[in-house]
Amino acid sequence: MTTTQDTPRTMTDTAKISVRDTRKTFALQDEEFVALDGVSLDVADNEFVTVVGPSGCGKSTLMNIVAGLETPTSGEVLVDGKGVTGPGPERGVIFQQYALFPWLTVRKNVEFGLKVAGLPAAERRERAEHYVRLVGLEQFADALPKTLSGGMKQRCAIARAYAVNPSILLMDEPFGALDALTRVRLQEQLLDTWSTEKRTVLFITHDVDEAVFLAGRVVVMAARPGRIHEVIDVDLPYPRTEDVRLSPAFGELRNRVWRAVYHQTADH
Amino acid sequence: MTASTVSTPTPTKNGSPPRRRPGKRTTLLLLNTVSVVGGIGIWWVLALSGLQLPTPPEVLVKGIELWSDGTLMEDLTASLGRVLAGFLLGSAAAVPVGFLMGWYTPARGLFEPWIQFFRTIPPLALLPLVLVLMGIGELPKVFVIFLAAFLACVISTYQGVVSVDRTLINAARVLGAKDGTIFLRVVVPASSPFILVGMRVGLGSAWATLVAAELLAAQAGLGFRMQQAQTYYDLATIFVSIVVIGILGLAMDRLLLLAETRLTGWQERR
Repeated sequence: MTTTQDTPRTMTDTAKISVRDTRKTFALQDEEFVALDGVSLDVADNEFVTVVGPSGCGKSTLMNIVAGLETPTSGEVLVDGKGVTGPGPERGVIFQQYALFPWLTVRKNVEFGLKVAGLPAAERRERAEHYVRLVGLEQFADALPKTLSGGMKQRCAIARAYAVNPSILLMDEPFGALDALTRVRLQEQLLDTWSTEKRTVLFITHDVDEAVFLAGRVVVMAARPGRIHEVIDVDLPYPRTEDVRLSPAFGELRNRVWRAVYHQTADH
Repeated sequence: MTASTVSTPTPTKNGSPPRRRPGKRTTLLLLNTVSVVGGIGIWWVLALSGLQLPTPPEVLVKGIELWSDGTLMEDLTASLGRVLAGFLLGSAAAVPVGFLMGWYTPARGLFEPWIQFFRTIPPLALLPLVLVLMGIGELPKVFVIFLAAFLACVISTYQGVVSVDRTLINAARVLGAKDGTIFLRVVVPASSPFILVGMRVGLGSAWATLVAAELLAAQAGLGFRMQQAQTYYDLATIFVSIVVIGILGLAMDRLLLLAETRLTGWQERR
């Protein structure tokens, strides 16, 4: 397995994900574009962290680096204390564009990672069945993705990510392409799923309400260069119900995050 | 999570979108029939009005005659054999080469100049050379048909591999798939629509090349029969050959189209 280096670091902290002084630059027409400038972030085991910020703040780049799909220019990312060098099944990724294999049925999509891992057919089927039911798609198990709505596609993608039993879920604006009503429902369902099967979640979004509603901690990023602007703790109780969403405490936090995102002091 | 909370379109078995009004289909079929019958009618009228054409009944009688004396069967077998051999070999070679070109840059660098060069030459133009080099047996004819099918299909396959959605490849990678698995389980199915389009184009190209090749050098075959009939001023036989070539080409194209809808029905049409 080439996903993590075999030498555990001597760092003593117990962060599940540890982003250390990570910098990422791209060459952009002879100019250097700084997507991430010295970003450091620790995420604890089973913590739900959302990352919110204006476009161009590097939040997707950050996620891709943690996923192992991009390599940082400098700095490093540790998962369970080991340096990330590529993607790995312990980190499930959910993409904004769903990324379902269109030629496979819902069930076969969910089974994909299990097949890659070489699980026997009976076990594959059982695990897939469980996660298809968990996201409420059992009626559509044999349907092709093209017959599903956007929300159902994303639920299928969530089931597919869960099926390989990752300890971390990385979600890149997963509900960004959905209408407001569907988005709210999927947020609630995601928290339902998460509370049944706890995982460490790093969730990228540009929606302030979504960031506050889901998270235990909101990371607000700033652009040019991409960096962490402020980290705001969300001390609201789980399960997050509609009452929580409509409470004054939620509104206050929401306003705080809003101001942090949209009124960042220009320091350039 | 419950399914009832999010809009739930009914999944259909093959995922086919709801049919258009049945009326439209019937109208189209009716118009098709009218067009075909009308066309044959015009041909008949032209033949009777002094143009040097055989009438439809004459062609039909000739067809039956050629069939019953075994000539038509012999020509059909010869032509179909060549086309299928050339087309199947060409497609079979084009798919791996197209994949190599799309997947490995060195392979692309090595193959591309030759493919681009030979693509500009109609395969038939190579026939004189091929005849000299390979003699006048079956080999040269099958070879030019092979070339025609190969060139049409290889470009299409290459395009298919290059245009595979990066997100799908990333999705497979984060699920633990390595290069080999990504190739077999993502790249191959994702480019199958392109391959099938390439094969259809290749088939058309193969037919065109076949008939022309037979006109130039053959002892049997539909093209050869036409060439011979020309010397005897036997227009009815020429007509029979043309009709048979058209019907065969159409039938083979329909078969591929059927395969295409069965194999690539998962595509979202936009």
